[in-house]
Amino acid sequence: MDQELFLTWVRSTGLDIAVGIFVLGTLWRLIEIYTLGRKPDLAVPRHRTGASGLHTMFRRSVPPPGMFKRSAISYVGGYIFHIGLAIIVFLSAQHIKLIQGLTGLSWPNLPSQFIDATAVVTLATMLMVLVDRINNPVKRFLSTFADYGAWALTFLPVLTGYLATKHLLLPYTMTLALHILSVELLLVFLPFTKLMHVFTLWVSRWYNGDVNGRKGVAV
Amino acid sequence: MIFDMISLDYHHTLQAASGYGAEKSRQDAMENFFGKYLLVVDGSIPLKDNGIYSTIAGRTNLDLLQDVAKGAAAVIAVGTCAAFGGIPNAKPNPTGAVPVSNIIKDKPIINISGCPPIPAVITGVLAHYLTFGSLPELDELGRPKSYYGETIHDRCYRRPFYDQGKFAKSFDDEGARNGWCLFELGCKGPTTHNACATTKWNGGTSFPIESGHGCLGCSEPHFWDAGSFYSALSMPASPLKLATGAAVAGAAVGIGASVANRMKKNAAKSAHETSTIADLEK
Repeated sequence: MDQELFLTWVRSTGLDIAVGIFVLGTLWRLIEIYTLGRKPDLAVPRHRTGASGLHTMFRRSVPPPGMFKRSAISYVGGYIFHIGLAIIVFLSAQHIKLIQGLTGLSWPNLPSQFIDATAVVTLATMLMVLVDRINNPVKRFLSTFADYGAWALTFLPVLTGYLATKHLLLPYTMTLALHILSVELLLVFLPFTKLMHVFTLWVSRWYNGDVNGRKGVAV
Repeated sequence: MIFDMISLDYHHTLQAASGYGAEKSRQDAMENFFGKYLLVVDGSIPLKDNGIYSTIAGRTNLDLLQDVAKGAAAVIAVGTCAAFGGIPNAKPNPTGAVPVSNIIKDKPIINISGCPPIPAVITGVLAHYLTFGSLPELDELGRPKSYYGETIHDRCYRRPFYDQGKFAKSFDDEGARNGWCLFELGCKGPTTHNACATTKWNGGTSFPIESGHGCLGCSEPHFWDAGSFYSALSMPASPLKLATGAAVAGAAVGIGASVANRMKKNAAKSAHETSTIADLEK
């Protein structure tokens, strides 16, 4: 298959399959998670429920006392690459065009140079976080194949996207096709890995905070 | 060039002769210059049903090509049809049309793709052969690197707008009037290798992007089956068909898993045995 055919495949059949698996997997997991249910808690809540859940949604974004010093790279790096990814995914003209094509929604884009710079910072930060994960004995011990896999699935789209827009390494047609393919792999695996936190993050934080509040550890 | 430097001995539309006279002219040229002449092929070659879908002087294009190529020094496939199959090759390809390179395997082939190809590129390749007596350096698709070495996007005068993220959103908006990048209107410049942006067309007047229309990618293989000319490269080349079905299937699997989980829980609950203090003291 030559690169033109490869590009057309990832832009049509490949995308169709990837979006299909993504939609299927996401709905499956969300429905399964939210219908799990719990036994009714018959005890009288120690604290009024609700507020603790809401607080936890935001407090978990702030390092607990002492933790920042112990794991600065995780916090700083984590913030930088998450914000970087959001900027790249939602504010580059090409991506907005794709979202518009799929949903009809669109909004103004940022200049390409800004997106490029963000991509470089994001890539560097993700590498730093990876090195930290490998260097730090505790993090290394806790890391599984799925953790490295999730890192790679997130890293590759940014890398190939940067190579494509800057016309580096391979012909543009090939890098663009590889970029779209890497995003399709991300879509396929997202619902079945820890990357699912894209959807479950806020609800699980609210749930934990709420349960803790009921048990008397309100925050 | 065509009058002074090239002996064009046979051409379906440019030759004065017709019928047997025209065919004789071809035969004579083939005999007199065996092993030395350049064969310029225009158009793809239908293979289905023994190639009956295009014939000249009662012979199929396939037969004619195989015959004439035998004595050729090299074959120049002019236009995207001869080079890559072109529009006749588009799905479902009812005539089984193929490019020259699918049929001729034992001769050097130079692909001068484009729909149409740039005249200056055709003459440039011929001039190279006449001047140096050799074929120009080719890319992996058999196109001369000197003309197809860079993309339209690489040489586009609107490139600074792409880099700035300034895109025309429709063919008559302010961006279009300001000459901004046509990427979002489907321009295939980034994936298209050709010399349009440098040699231009009509004696150097302009090229499609300069006239306000995105590049169609006509010098690349399979451009005819790569989705709409007006959908951006970052957009799907064809509508997504599986998403709705996947949503229904996902919901069904989710509900199924949910029911299975409940049944498991209920089974565990009903299997639960009540213990009394007496049991514990046993």
